[in-house]
Amino acid sequence: MRVRIEVNGEQHVADDVWEGESLLYVLRERLGLPGSKNACEQGECGSCTVYLDDVAVCACLVAAGQAHDRRVRTVEGLADGDRLDPVQEAYLVSGAVQCGFCTPGLIVATHDLLRRNPHPSDPEIREALAGNLCRCTGYEKILDAVRLAASRSDGG
Amino acid sequence: MEFLRPTTLADALAAKAEYPSAVPIAGGTDVMVELNFDKRRPDALLDLGNVAELSTWDVEGAVLRLGASVPYARIITELSDRLPGLAMAARTVGSPQIRNRGTVGGNLGSASPAGDAHPSLLAVDAVVEVASATGSRRVPITEFFLGPKKSALAPDELVVAVRVPVATGPQQFAKVGTRNAMVIAVCSFGLAVHPGTTAVGTGIGSAGPTPLRAPEAEAFAAQELPWGTRGLLSDAVARRFGELVAAAARPIDDVRGTAAYRRHALAVLAKRTLGWAWDEHRRSR
Repeated sequence: MRVRIEVNGEQHVADDVWEGESLLYVLRERLGLPGSKNACEQGECGSCTVYLDDVAVCACLVAAGQAHDRRVRTVEGLADGDRLDPVQEAYLVSGAVQCGFCTPGLIVATHDLLRRNPHPSDPEIREALAGNLCRCTGYEKILDAVRLAASRSDGG
Repeated sequence: MEFLRPTTLADALAAKAEYPSAVPIAGGTDVMVELNFDKRRPDALLDLGNVAELSTWDVEGAVLRLGASVPYARIITELSDRLPGLAMAARTVGSPQIRNRGTVGGNLGSASPAGDAHPSLLAVDAVVEVASATGSRRVPITEFFLGPKKSALAPDELVVAVRVPVATGPQQFAKVGTRNAMVIAVCSFGLAVHPGTTAVGTGIGSAGPTPLRAPEAEAFAAQELPWGTRGLLSDAVARRFGELVAAAARPIDDVRGTAAYRRHALAVLAKRTLGWAWDEHRRSR
């Protein structure tokens, strides 16, 4: 089937999409957007987190056809050209990136958290990121990055 | 495989009549896992995401009619006051990403004994509204679950809504798992206290072939709680309530826990939640 999705502000069309295919597969394999990572394929790890119509979701659990005529924003769509999003910058500065595999999902989840709650408490950060696994176990630096991004959003 | 994309409930029911083997998909948190792991190859997927009627809720007198595709995240933000037990259960579902997509309709459709919504629905005697192209019917929640992943839903029917009585007193939900997120319950327990009718409702999750009620525990609590004085809950009553809840469970040993552990944990959860709910009742007014 044909699936038409607005991804990061651009209209995309994918043909010959299998009806049982996930949005994640379409993004990575058909639209050339490998930022969202494919790991658990069951919603456990959060490494494929994207916005679907402004709601943070696991792209592996969205059927491609469910994204038809909808808006998707991936990690590739957060930066403004060469200027990284403040959340991305905070992950870099805090050393919150080890192997990097979980990073795109964590960045989208953090972006979503700070949009809804610009000054989260530590328990709120932990709850918001509970669906994102880092197997390098670099969670302390990740928490630092979220706190830094939140503090920087103070100054506008 | 067909991908069916109705935009009205009537079209969705017509599609289900035409393709009874079509698998309904809303949040995808169960269905997509089965597809991704090649455990299921349905003839058709029936996407309910564009059916607006399924994603709203309304209050009809003492009952809140919750559309089948309202996601857990909205239950938490919009319904914590009216449906506190279900909202507490919703907070324990998966992760933010899962709660943004997963729905009570999907939980009911999957009919897993471990479904997080079920104990709270049992505790308040919710009624499941199901429909087919030929009409709709209401199934009391106690008659909805027939076995592990088996429900009273016919092949041509869809879960349309669940009718949940608005809370008349304190409600609680507690769940045991290996972490605070992303766990299938080892066991879970939902409780509703109804001071106006001096009644107590219960729901047991993940400790039997279906979600279960604990009728003897309910009758015992209704009899023994100090409704008139609003006095302290005695330790003996709380403990006995826990024992009766544990006795109502029919757990098995599996990868998530042993039957003995589940019974023990349920007794603890029931005792604790009754204490929390009774304290809330005593503080109210």
